[in-house]
Amino acid sequence: MTRKILHLTLLLFSLLATCNSYAIEIIIDKGVENPIPIAIVPFSWSQAAGMPPIDIATVISDDLTRSGRFSTMEDKDMPQQPHDFNEVRVKDWQRLGMENLVVGQLKQTDKGDYVVDFRLIDVYKGQQITGFSIPSTQLQLRRTAHEISDIIYEKLIGVRGAFATRIIYVTLVKNREGVKKYTLQISDADGYNPQVLLESKEPLLSPAWSPDGKKLAYVSFESRNSAVYIQDLMTGARERVASNPGINSAPAWSPDGTRLALTLSMEGNPEIYVMNMASKQLRRMTNNGAIDTEPTWSPDGKLLAFTSDRGGGPQIYEIPADGGDPKRLTFDGTYNARPVYSPDGKYIAVVHGEGSAYQIALYDRGTKHINILTDSHMDESPSFAPNGHMIIYTTTGARGTALAAISVDGSIHQRLALQDGEVREPAWGPFTNR
Amino acid sequence: MSIRLVLFMFLALFVFGCSKETKEETAAVEDHSATASRDTGAQAHGTGENAQGGRSALDDPNSPLATRVIYFEFDSSEVLPQYRSVVEVHARYLASNPSTVVTLEGHADERGSREYNLALGERRANAVKSQMTLLGAGDRQIKVVSYGEERPALEGHDEAAWSKNRRVELRY
Repeated sequence: MTRKILHLTLLLFSLLATCNSYAIEIIIDKGVENPIPIAIVPFSWSQAAGMPPIDIATVISDDLTRSGRFSTMEDKDMPQQPHDFNEVRVKDWQRLGMENLVVGQLKQTDKGDYVVDFRLIDVYKGQQITGFSIPSTQLQLRRTAHEISDIIYEKLIGVRGAFATRIIYVTLVKNREGVKKYTLQISDADGYNPQVLLESKEPLLSPAWSPDGKKLAYVSFESRNSAVYIQDLMTGARERVASNPGINSAPAWSPDGTRLALTLSMEGNPEIYVMNMASKQLRRMTNNGAIDTEPTWSPDGKLLAFTSDRGGGPQIYEIPADGGDPKRLTFDGTYNARPVYSPDGKYIAVVHGEGSAYQIALYDRGTKHINILTDSHMDESPSFAPNGHMIIYTTTGARGTALAAISVDGSIHQRLALQDGEVREPAWGPFTNR
Repeated sequence: MSIRLVLFMFLALFVFGCSKETKEETAAVEDHSATASRDTGAQAHGTGENAQGGRSALDDPNSPLATRVIYFEFDSSEVLPQYRSVVEVHARYLASNPSTVVTLEGHADERGSREYNLALGERRANAVKSQMTLLGAGDRQIKVVSYGEERPALEGHDEAAWSKNRRVELRY
């Protein structure tokens, strides 16, 4: 397969009556050179009359195409439309060079719930690779389709897919008089089902998911100064956890969810603190007249990386989570900030400034060197997908901020934009168990 | 708004000198010094937010106190020599008006990391604050808040905008 630029436009509208509809468009503008061919046959639907509530095969096909690693077959090119293993005429598919096939059935139960059956088939071996029968409900059907995409991805790529995850981001719109409105929004990783978590006239930044996916920490200027809040994603209940004089910002949850690292300047200049979430006790981690900010936890919870300009300009430092002397990590270039560890701990993504460009780069913890990933000029706020394959980030252009995503090796690139207004500060949510 | 109202009341009560009604100001005020001592006049209290009191110097568009913004170079929190006089004039005003409070709002341009820019904005405001306290302003008269890159003065994405966004604003 030659490399193609795929344009995939997904228009979506909010399901909640209370929020404005935001249309999100995801465009894959760069994929791998040899994507894996796969055909997702439209699933059968158990009701004789009427359309199925969602087109499962299209959700799966769009997920895999958007990942940049697969090339999917259009329905019109399919030699047949089987719905289970026994119906597959293997030779017809082999003749077309199609390596992988997904067939399935969507069934409605007597109680009005659903069961989704699918099989992933290796065409050349003529064998099933995997198959499941998944119970689901009206509300969960789209998520079930994403879970099937995750399984397919895992079987063919070797790493769990991140299609059944969610992202949180900040939007900014201005009305005709120039009055600004900020929101914190959550959506599925493909941009569907956006829901507004918070609306404000004052700036919002630094959303951070709790490791169990149930809470969100963020910074809000609603009380005229920066303050850190924690919000329950299900109920919307909020708690303000840091509102001292000076800066209160950069919240980061420990991997076990018991502590929150943050930046406070109440004692004179920005320093890193760790708050025990149960007692709300603070422990100060840094003690230096320079700016120390943007703490982030290593995946094993033993280290904190952070940005400090104690050496003259911002660079990445590391300190044991139990306290100790900070050790400088980055020596390439004059500006390295906003660290975040990859889920496998091999890399730390950073904002790297060189000349007039600010780009997303990866600090390799093994080689101790930095490799620049993006080639745009004003990038910031990287966040890893929980499977470590893609990094979502903010990119700024002539029309303001928008989101984009890039694979860790740079071979895959996506753009994600709102139709109206600006988007920034993405945070990719964790895996949540089935 | 209510905090401002309280401050106006304090100024009206404590500042020595005359507080003219608004329409008298333009005729009477020739002396542009930062001190509010004037030798005549009744304490005229306007209604609510119009109780200008000893703030007439702050409201005079011809006074050096009318300059309320200081700009910075890229990635720097050094107060440039051309702004020293602005810092001085405000510091002396505060020194002579011990119950006046000013908020220094620190800002940064949009480039680079958002949280680091929040810290940079604060460092700029603190740099102005230290100069002001050295020149006689009281530590408690100067509040500092940083908005980082969140409140640009100019919305563009080029140096023309960035140079106007790297700033500290003085708000009385």
